Amino acid sequence: MSPLTLIFLIFALGMIGWFTARARAVRFRLASPGRFGSLPGHHAAYVALWTILPPLAFLLIWRFVSPALVTDAVLATPAASTLPPSGFERAAILSEARHLAHGRGTGAFHTLSTALAPAYAAAQSRYDVIAAAIALLLALGGGMLAFLRVAPALTARTRVERLVMGLLLAASLIAILTTLGIVASLLIESARFFAIVPIGDFLFGTHWSPQVIDPADPGAALGAVPLFWGTFFIGAVIAMLVAIPFGLMSAIYLTQYAHPATRRRVKPMLEILAGVPTIVYGYFAALTVAPAVRDLGATLGIASASSESALAAGLVMGIMIIPFVSSTADDSLAAVPAEMRDGSLALGATPSETIRRVLLPAALPGVAGGVLLAISRAIGETMIVVMAASGVASLTLNPFAPTTTVTKQIVDLLTGEAAFDSAKTLAAFALGLTLFVITLLFNVVALVIVKRYREAYE
Amino acid sequence: MTRDDTLPKMTARHVNVFYGANQAIADVSIDVRRDEVTAFIGPSGCGKSTFLRTLNRMNDTVAAARVEGEIRLDGADIYARDMDVVQLRARVGMVFQKPNPFPKSIYENVAYGPRIHGLAKGKADLDRIVEEALSRAGLWSEIKDRLGTSGTALSGGQQQRLCIARAIAVEPEVILMDEPCSALDPIATARIEELIHELRGRYAIVIVTHNMQQAARVSQKTAFFHLGRLIEYADTSDIFTNPREERTKDYITGRYG
Ligand SMILES: Nc1ncnc2c1ncn2[C@@H]1O[C@H](COP(=O)(O)OP(=O)(O)OP(=O)(O)O)[C@@H](O)[C@H]1O
Ligand SMILES: [Mg+2]
Repeated sequence: MSPLTLIFLIFALGMIGWFTARARAVRFRLASPGRFGSLPGHHAAYVALWTILPPLAFLLIWRFVSPALVTDAVLATPAASTLPPSGFERAAILSEARHLAHGRGTGAFHTLSTALAPAYAAAQSRYDVIAAAIALLLALGGGMLAFLRVAPALTARTRVERLVMGLLLAASLIAILTTLGIVASLLIESARFFAIVPIGDFLFGTHWSPQVIDPADPGAALGAVPLFWGTFFIGAVIAMLVAIPFGLMSAIYLTQYAHPATRRRVKPMLEILAGVPTIVYGYFAALTVAPAVRDLGATLGIASASSESALAAGLVMGIMIIPFVSSTADDSLAAVPAEMRDGSLALGATPSETIRRVLLPAALPGVAGGVLLAISRAIGETMIVVMAASGVASLTLNPFAPTTTVTKQIVDLLTGEAAFDSAKTLAAFALGLTLFVITLLFNVVALVIVKRYREAYE
Repeated sequence: MTRDDTLPKMTARHVNVFYGANQAIADVSIDVRRDEVTAFIGPSGCGKSTFLRTLNRMNDTVAAARVEGEIRLDGADIYARDMDVVQLRARVGMVFQKPNPFPKSIYENVAYGPRIHGLAKGKADLDRIVEEALSRAGLWSEIKDRLGTSGTALSGGQQQRLCIARAIAVEPEVILMDEPCSALDPIATARIEELIHELRGRYAIVIVTHNMQQAARVSQKTAFFHLGRLIEYADTSDIFTNPREERTKDYITGRYG
């Protein structure tokens, strides 16, 4: 029985449960006048949910359990005794056999996998039948039990409400659990990396050249400080030197000077800018800004001026971040009560004095929180630096010199052809974890600041 | 001032105010005398605040508002092209209905105006100005030991007196008060009324109030507004004992409004 047919059958049973429960509820309502806590529809939904949810939950769990069961069954067959004892090859043969059994493989690479395929197919179909039987039994059992409880006194309405709440809770948990899963896998891979490379070497080493790793001392070539510096220099220094003044000034103009009609039109436009795919900025950085910056450096007489400079990537990143800064600054300025502004103006302050001395100080925590959020976005930004930053790590204060970032290195490390469990590839996960922790910290601090600030005016 | 002290401090002639297409003030003419407290009374929405705000051009900050007519301060047209709004607002201060201290220290709140207008000749001078303003606002003894704490941490009544001190510190000639006691309890209100008594004579004061007793207690002149028009303007004692207009009488005896 195909999974689709099975699910269809379960829903069909659910429908039957719905109609029979409804009919029963309608009947007892007709039989006795008076108030009922639950309408026929509630009884119907109660029975239908009890018919559908248990088998679906079972099938969901089954999906994770069954592969192991099937593999165990295959390993118990005589053909499996010739498998290599462990390691990569054994896993490869098993996976190929599974593909062949499902009719997905085009040809067998290992002869043994062809031999194991029938065993796989047999085990799989046996477990499929068992699963279908259990699922249908659950559907029938759940539905029957629920149906038997349908009675005037049954609080079907509140029970359905609780089930619905449970469903919504499960849905919201999925996003959180997925994130936790991703973080866990990041942690596991990083742990493997730190088993090879001492964490101190990685966090505090100043030499980064993953192309040539000495197997005896991999930590010597995997010191990430130049990457952290490059990330900080591009994302938190150069980009912010662009984004903070321009973002703030546009927010001040829009909240304090612009005609309301202008503001209504310009603000959404700025916000649309935040949705421009970052690859577009990447093109702009690599093709337009980078050469211009190199030429500028050359005319200034800077010998090391590169077309992969920190300045080019940082400038474009700053432009990309302007809408974020401006939109949070705009919100914070708009949240300062109008009485503050009026109070200052009534004392004879000019609009710009009012902004500088009253509005900006009052809005500062919100603005600062927005800037922190913008920085965390900038240091996690990938596309612009992949296209415009250098692959060579260097510790330099010179904005014209080639500079690299954490994200750029992650991309380079993972797109290389090194083995998956080499120190070089695993370093990408360690970098990813570091980046994740740092941006998480930034976000938490920013949210705390913004929240405090909101409360101050409520 | 070398001007004749018997002349009114401010004069308004045939003032109209529009919010977009709606007229909020129609043909109001009034004199504000320099040594008196003038009270504006009238039912809600009749335009008291709107008219008050024309006197220091705070209506300029409302994009939709438009003012017609003539308003003079010491004979100079405040809506004239060459009138400096910043100077005008320094001379005609304002206290709002809701206390609105800046989220700064008490000291900084009071020092704000003198700093902007460069009134102090140094730190010691600024300290003196702050102390004097706070004393005149009757707040000095209460807060002299905690000038560094935030102005927003004071009680509502103290905040309002801080706002008055803030206005006084720039040495205005006129102080406009828009329902300064409506957010305060009776004790804080009595304190503000006392303060108005003390400030009288030094500044021309215009106060908007919904409280008839308050108008009677603090003011020498009372103006009754109704539906954007000035119905009656006379000595406070006359308005409350012997109003000429039927509508004024109805309002102050609480028959409507
Ligand atoms: N910013 C504004 N935009 C448009 N209309 C306004 C604005 N401010 C006031 N108005 C209108 O002008 C009229 C007068 O309002 P105003 O606030 O001057 O009345 P008020 O006498 O001060 O009332 P209250 O005693 O309730 O404070 C009202 O009809 C009001 O709706
Ligand atoms: Mg008002």
